[in-house]
Amino acid sequence: MRQYLALAILVLFTACKKDETPLDNSTAPLSIEFDNIAGDKNLQLNTGVYTNAANEPFSVSVFQYFISNVKLTTTDGKDYVVPQDSSYFMINETDVASHSVKLHVPQADYSSLSFIVGVDSLRNTMDISRRTGVLDPASYSDHGMYWGWNSGYIFVKLEGTSSSAPVDASGQRYFRYHIGGFGGYSTPTINNIRSVTIDLTRAGIASVRRDRETNVHLMVDVLKMFGGSSSISIASNPTVMFGPFSVNIADNIPGMFRHDHTED
Amino acid sequence: MINRKLTMGVLLVLLFYACSKQVEQQYAVFRQPGNFPAPAYNLAGNEITGKGFELGRKLFYDPLLSADNTISCGTCHVQSAAFTHHGHDISHGINDRLGSRNAQPIMNLAWEKTFMWDGGVADLDLQPIVPITSHVEMNETLGNVLNKLRSSAVYPALYKDAFGSTAITTATTMKALSQFMVMCISSNSRYDSIMRGEGPLFTQEENEGYGIFQQKCGSCHKEPLFTDLSFRNNGLRPGPLNDEGRFAITLNAADTYKFKVPSLRNLAYTAPYMHDGRLRTLNAVLHHYGQEVQETLNLDPLLRQTDKPGIALTEAEKLKLLAFLRTLNDKKFITDKKLSEQ
Repeated sequence: MRQYLALAILVLFTACKKDETPLDNSTAPLSIEFDNIAGDKNLQLNTGVYTNAANEPFSVSVFQYFISNVKLTTTDGKDYVVPQDSSYFMINETDVASHSVKLHVPQADYSSLSFIVGVDSLRNTMDISRRTGVLDPASYSDHGMYWGWNSGYIFVKLEGTSSSAPVDASGQRYFRYHIGGFGGYSTPTINNIRSVTIDLTRAGIASVRRDRETNVHLMVDVLKMFGGSSSISIASNPTVMFGPFSVNIADNIPGMFRHDHTED
Repeated sequence: MINRKLTMGVLLVLLFYACSKQVEQQYAVFRQPGNFPAPAYNLAGNEITGKGFELGRKLFYDPLLSADNTISCGTCHVQSAAFTHHGHDISHGINDRLGSRNAQPIMNLAWEKTFMWDGGVADLDLQPIVPITSHVEMNETLGNVLNKLRSSAVYPALYKDAFGSTAITTATTMKALSQFMVMCISSNSRYDSIMRGEGPLFTQEENEGYGIFQQKCGSCHKEPLFTDLSFRNNGLRPGPLNDEGRFAITLNAADTYKFKVPSLRNLAYTAPYMHDGRLRTLNAVLHHYGQEVQETLNLDPLLRQTDKPGIALTEAEKLKLLAFLRTLNDKKFITDKKLSEQ
C-alpha cells in the first residue's frame, strides 16, 4: 500500500513539473544578423562613398535603428512572438556586436520573420521604470535615439556628408535624417512606425534545433532609404527630422530589409 | 510601581516614535488642497516619501546635472520667482546660450497633463530630460548625469534611503525629481483661503475684479488652477523666430501659434509674461488683450466675439481685475523652506 502511495506521489510530482515548463526544454538559439550595406558595397562608415537614386554622392557617419516586436511563423502557420520585455534591439553600425540579435525560440521550422523598425506606441508612452536596456534614454552615448522635447524614440538615424548638401551652420556639408514619430500621446500626429515581414522560404527557412545556432542573415541597404516609394534628394532635403516630409523616408524603410541566406 | 514606570516609559517611547513618524509623514505626504480637483500625476507609480522628496530636491538644486556643472534646475526656476527665471524674457543656459521661450513655473504640476509651452512632454517623469539634454540649457547627456551621480560620494546612499538600492537609474532619478516637483504646490493664496472658507473675504474691489475675471478670463484660465490646460492662440504677433508652438508637436496646421494656457497664480513673482516673455508687466498683458490682439492664424474664437478681436476692458475694470489677480499670489509658496535649496 505504502509503495503505491509513494509511486502515486512521484507520478503526481512528475506530472506537475511537466506542466510548469512546457517550452523551456525545446527552445534553441536563433540569431538574426542585420548586415548594413550600400547597394553592392559593404557599408563603411566615413570612408565609403556611395551614390543615391538622385545621383548624389554621400558618405555615412551615423547609422543606427531600433528593431522590436519580433515574431516568427512556422512552416505550418504557428506564430511565436518574442516576449515583449526582451524584444527591443538597437542596431548600431559602429557596434559590431549589436548587428546580431540573439534569441531563444522554440525548436521549429520558421518560414517567416516579422518585426517593427522603431518602437511601438505602447513603449513610447510607458512609465519610465519600464524603459530599460536600449529603451533607457540614458543608454545612448553620443547619438541619442530619444527626443526629449517631443517625447518619443528616434527609430532610424542616418547622418553623413554629401557634396550635394548645403553648407550648414558648422561649415560642413552634412545631412541628417532622424526618423521617428509614433502617432502622438493624446493628439494624433505622424506615425512612422513601419513593420517588415520577411519570407524566408526563398533564401532558406530557419530550422531551429537545439544542437546548433541558426542564423538568419539579412541585408539592410542604406541606398534604399533614398529610393523606393519616394526618391529622396539630399540637396532638396538635407535635414529631415520630426516633420511631414519624414513620412516619405519612413515609407522607404521596409524596402531596406532583404533576406540573403540562412545558416543552420 | 516599577511596572507602572516601565509602562509609562514604553508609552513615552511609543509616543515619540509616533510623533517623529507623523512629522515625516506630514512633511512628505501629498495632500490634495480642499479646493483642488484630483491630481493627474500617477502618484501610485511614484509614492512620495520624505527621502525621495529630499533626493529630488537635492538633484533639483545640483549643477552636476549640466555639462560643465554650472547650471542646476534651480538656476532658471527660482523659488522667489515662483520657480521661474525672474526678469528674463528667455533664459540663458550653459555658456550663456539663450533659449527661445520663457521659463515656466514649477507649480501645481501634479495637475498638468502635458508639459512645456507646446505640450511636447506628456509625462512629468520624462520632462527633466529636455533641459538636461538641451544644447542651450544644460547640454549634458542623461548617461553622463547618471555616471556623475554614481561616482559621487553622497548620492548612492541617498538613493538607497529613497528607493532601497544604491543603484542609480534613469527611472529613480526622474522619479525623485518628480517627487520634488509634485510637492511644489501653490494653494495658499488669499483666493484659496477665501474659497476654502478659512476666514478672509474679498474686498469690494477684489470681488468686482473676480466677477470681471469670471466673465472675461475664466473660461481659458479656469479655476482653481487658473488654466484649462488647453493650447490656444491668444493673438500675439509672431516674433522674429516665428515660433509655431504646438504645431511643432502635432504637425497639425490647426495648432499653429497655439501655446499652453498659463496659470494666473503668482503673477506678481513671474514677470515677464507670454511664451517668449515679451510683455514685461501685467499692464502690458491687459493692454494686449484690450488693444493689440492680432488676427493671426488660429486666433482663439473666444478672442473673436466682437468686431475688434480681443477682450474689451475699461480702465476701471483693469484696476479691479489687477486687484483680484493679486489675491492669487501665494507668499507661503515662494518662501516655503521645504522647497528651498538646503
